[in-house]
Amino acid sequence: METPVLERSSEKSQIQGVVDCDVHPAFSKPDQLLDYLPERWKTHVRDFAVRTANPLLGTLPYPRMTPGNGMRRDSWPPNGGPPASDLAFLQQQLLEECNIDYGILQPLAAGSMAFNQELGAALCAALNDWQIDKFAGPEPRLKASICISQEDAKESVAEIDRRVTDRRFVQIAMPPRTLEPCGRRRYWPIYEAAEHYGLPIGLHTSAFGYRPNTPSGWSSFYLEEHYAASNSLQTVLSSMILEGVFEQFPKLKIVLVEGGFSWLPSLVWRLDREWKRMRDEVPHVKRKPSEYVRENFWYTTQPIEEPENNRHLLDILRWIGTDRLMFSTDYPHWDFDDPRFAFKVPLTPAERSAIFRDNAVELFGLK
Amino acid sequence: MSTTPTREKRPPARHVVARVDEIAPGASKLVHVEGRDIAVFNVAGEFMAIANRCPHEGADLCKGKLTSLFESDEPGVVKMSRHGELVRCPWHGWEFDLRSGKSWCDPARTRVKSYDVAVEHGARLVEGTYRAEVFKISVDDEYVVLEL
Repeated sequence: METPVLERSSEKSQIQGVVDCDVHPAFSKPDQLLDYLPERWKTHVRDFAVRTANPLLGTLPYPRMTPGNGMRRDSWPPNGGPPASDLAFLQQQLLEECNIDYGILQPLAAGSMAFNQELGAALCAALNDWQIDKFAGPEPRLKASICISQEDAKESVAEIDRRVTDRRFVQIAMPPRTLEPCGRRRYWPIYEAAEHYGLPIGLHTSAFGYRPNTPSGWSSFYLEEHYAASNSLQTVLSSMILEGVFEQFPKLKIVLVEGGFSWLPSLVWRLDREWKRMRDEVPHVKRKPSEYVRENFWYTTQPIEEPENNRHLLDILRWIGTDRLMFSTDYPHWDFDDPRFAFKVPLTPAERSAIFRDNAVELFGLK
Repeated sequence: MSTTPTREKRPPARHVVARVDEIAPGASKLVHVEGRDIAVFNVAGEFMAIANRCPHEGADLCKGKLTSLFESDEPGVVKMSRHGELVRCPWHGWEFDLRSGKSWCDPARTRVKSYDVAVEHGARLVEGTYRAEVFKISVDDEYVVLEL
């Protein structure tokens, strides 16, 4: 059996200037977003609060094993506030220490999931202003995501239209545990806008969602929730292909964020096989599912699967294609991957460069 | 078979790395000794030391949380023991036994180096061959001494 490489690599980094596709900015105080809401919604939040499908406000459905909902224990800024709320400390601990040229912000806040959809749209607009004001404005290495209230497609398109000329936004952020499967036509206006503007849609695994974390309901343990992340992204991929989204929008770019990727080969093998047998059920799906997978989907790497035998991971990388994977840290969360020491497989310099930088530079138009 | 030249072993040196009141119970201190980063922990008054870097992705183990050993013979029955003698990596939560440096999840292959630590009176340190570059030793105090 091949011995896994567990020692720390001695070299600083083999790649100059990493692109990190998953950085989570945080509010420096719980009600910071209120400062970005119009008075009408500020008053509403004060009197009625923000209601989401999550049972308790201000908490996640599962307690995490470290303080502060699963943050890196060393990520609390010395000057106070929660992890990733202090730009100076984020610049030092993430961008400088990890040699990151660009970080794509993925705000995880309740906007897209508020029951009151008008409030949800206002919260998303506030999140977008806040990202620019606190992070992507003062720090050009950080790029923002256009947060949308995806259940209201018309309002989502309006928000995309409002933001698209600001080049500090490089993708549209939509959560995967939507009210209906992501391929449904209610979401198509969003895909039309994304394709029209050439903006990728990033679907980040989220503790937020209208649906329980597994198809058979809420699981007992955080350990289960953590791995249920890939279920929701498998649903996204299958639904979008089988509903015909990519026939309608062939240039649409989808990034599946923080759901792992080792599940992809087996899922696509099955989709291809069933499509060959049953394609009459979905005659609008004109090509093998694997062809859409190769053209329309990208995956961020964190959390990287770590098999006992490293060679197995290499086989999966080869199958998926190193042109589809984009490195991510998930800073400041506990399962953070450090670009200097993650990915314990032998890659060629070109493959490393593609995964750690080039694919994202091209997809997000960073240079 | 050729004989490989053996490097001469140098005698272990003892380094004074902290005053005992510097590291509170449950807390840690990162020390640098002979080019190595070492995390020294106070486990309920007993001092233990391991290499600072997690062998998985390199996080600073001195920033980890001290935890206990959780065991269960059957679902629903949990035993806790060895309070505070394991450190949980601040990133991915891998646990290391502070006494042996072995990881709990994969003790045969994944471990950090552990170091011998003792507490000595200042009076003794002043007489002995201890290295204490950064401390002004007072004969009335107690010090954490690390063997390397």
